[in-house]
Amino acid sequence: MSDAVIRYREAFQDTAGTLPGSAIPWLRDARREAMGTFEAIGFPKPREEDWKYTRVAPIEKRDFALTPPDTPTPLDLGALLLPESAGAWQAVFVDGRFRADLSRTVPLPGGVHVADLAGSLERGGDELQRWITGAGHRNGFTALNAAFTGHGLHLQLDDGVTLDVPVHLLFVASGIADTIVHPRVILEIGKGARATVVESYAALGESPYFNNVVTQAALDEGARLDHYKLQREATAAFHVSTFNVHQDAGSRFESHSVSLGAALARHDINVALDAPEASCALNGLYMVRGRQHVDYHTRVDHAKPACTSTEDYRGILAGRARGVFNGRVYVHPQAQKSDATQSNRNLLLSRDAEVDTKPQLEIHADDVKCAHGATVGQLDEGMIFYLRSRGIDESSARGLLTYGFARGLVDRMAVAPLREAVAESLLDRLPNAEELRSMLS
Amino acid sequence: MTAPILEIKNLHATVDGKEILDGIDLIVNAGEVHAIMGPNGSGKSTLAHVLAGREGYEVTQGEVLYQGRDLLELAPEERACEGIFLAFQYPVEIPGVNNTYFLKAAVNAVRRHRGEDELDSMTFMKMVRAKLKVLHMDEGLMKRAVNEGFSGGEKKRNEIFQMAVMEPTLAIMDETDSGLDIDALKDVADGVNTLRGPDRAMVVITHYQRLLNYIVPDRVHVLSKGRIVRSGGRELALTLEEQGYSWLQVEPEPA
Repeated sequence: MSDAVIRYREAFQDTAGTLPGSAIPWLRDARREAMGTFEAIGFPKPREEDWKYTRVAPIEKRDFALTPPDTPTPLDLGALLLPESAGAWQAVFVDGRFRADLSRTVPLPGGVHVADLAGSLERGGDELQRWITGAGHRNGFTALNAAFTGHGLHLQLDDGVTLDVPVHLLFVASGIADTIVHPRVILEIGKGARATVVESYAALGESPYFNNVVTQAALDEGARLDHYKLQREATAAFHVSTFNVHQDAGSRFESHSVSLGAALARHDINVALDAPEASCALNGLYMVRGRQHVDYHTRVDHAKPACTSTEDYRGILAGRARGVFNGRVYVHPQAQKSDATQSNRNLLLSRDAEVDTKPQLEIHADDVKCAHGATVGQLDEGMIFYLRSRGIDESSARGLLTYGFARGLVDRMAVAPLREAVAESLLDRLPNAEELRSMLS
Repeated sequence: MTAPILEIKNLHATVDGKEILDGIDLIVNAGEVHAIMGPNGSGKSTLAHVLAGREGYEVTQGEVLYQGRDLLELAPEERACEGIFLAFQYPVEIPGVNNTYFLKAAVNAVRRHRGEDELDSMTFMKMVRAKLKVLHMDEGLMKRAVNEGFSGGEKKRNEIFQMAVMEPTLAIMDETDSGLDIDALKDVADGVNTLRGPDRAMVVITHYQRLLNYIVPDRVHVLSKGRIVRSGGRELALTLEEQGYSWLQVEPEPA
């Protein structure tokens, strides 16, 4: 057992009794079992194929304060919340803890049940048992999350309910150095129900901290979930997340994931298309610079016939930034008429930026349509010349093209204020933001 | 007398170390339309790109004056701001960059350069609508990404439309007629003819005479192996149409 694992074990022994719902027997067992798994497997090692290009030693070595901090109040969340015009139901979590005082709730239609996880667990939390005990642990991070689980949100939609307003979960780091939090988000969408969920991650300070997130979603027959993730953590922060999605027949899942912040960000997205005619569209955009590291690992299981999946991931890398994409599509033997496409395109803005991209199709059925492609390149000189020949200076031309590279993905985001926020964040990261803003107004 | 708009003197240029232009001399005055014809590989497109300032084309000898100034020392965007416009043979698709924003940025870059106020969106769109009409172009094209998913004809119309909006002093059209059906060709020619005027010069590069039925040139030059081997009036284009380019290679230019 490494020193780091021992530290976490000791912290677990010290704090397990103070976690929400610590008196619930099944939860106590689930946490203990998860801790046992973590002790056995520890943090992912570079020799593991899935972690070959993403070394988590900086997380492992860092001495995170494993006892939860007292949160300062009040906080100015400013533009981190969606504007009122979005009509969103917004829950705010500060350093992992739900804060009713900062949240902005709106009336929700009947059949929509939303509760902060800690509150539900304190009340018994029977409805959460199958989510917490049945999750399985893919790696040390998800095991660690389960061991310390207790904060987050549970959204459940009854059959046939349409939730028109977005549910926004804002996870804010207050700026206290070296906090570690383990949010868990559970999304349960009933038959034919529809919901839009936004998870956003941001910081009010520059200090390092670690967000170790697990999100679980289940889409019943004909359900639809539009999920947005906006990761704008502090540049010194660490963000590791696993998102497991289970889809029933004819359901539709759309993911829009944007990763801009953190020193190290790792996103695992696992989708099981587990009944006929389920479909998913995974979109991802990462823009990193300096010494940032970002990693997207996706796995889509075509387990049953006639399911469709599309993936479109795009990266913009500057400075000495590093990007990793690993997209795995697994078509099971009985999954005839599967349709899977996957694309990962990367734009390198500097010589020192680097990308490792690996699309993987594993096809065990014979009547399928599958395609994948990956590119890593610079801005196209022909395009730059075209813009310059119209009077646009070279630096603006490069900025416009970089923005244009990402814009197609941004335009797919249906939540307008979020789309604008992402577009603004992209512009902020370009060298001639002001000039570009005036061009695009 | 004012200086010619364009004055090319003994221009030599290489691409990847290979000489493509081998001593071009050409003077284009204000108000004139010059056609440059020639077989494939004669250097027509290279000349267009050298004038627009594309990287990768090295001028090894000679000079190019634009309104009396050394053109070759200017960056491509400076040339555009000074009033040079190249209509591309192969217009470039630019995903994610909206046509309206792109063109407004271009117009305003030129206006800034001239010390004029930038156009606001409303004034800009009003001007744009009027010019779209001339080219029988759908306003919907303005909402799409630059050239993305445009048909060959739409791309060429879009080039001439941009030209109409930019109102250049020197317009260079590189095989604008290639790949156009007769209706598109007429629209494009209408767009070009609308722009003809006493202060503007045009260089029309084409392989075929057909376009010159609609854009009637003042002068026709034949380019072969990087040199202008014959110059004449409009009738020269008709001769080429009848006889092809082969006769030029056997019959030397009379001294």
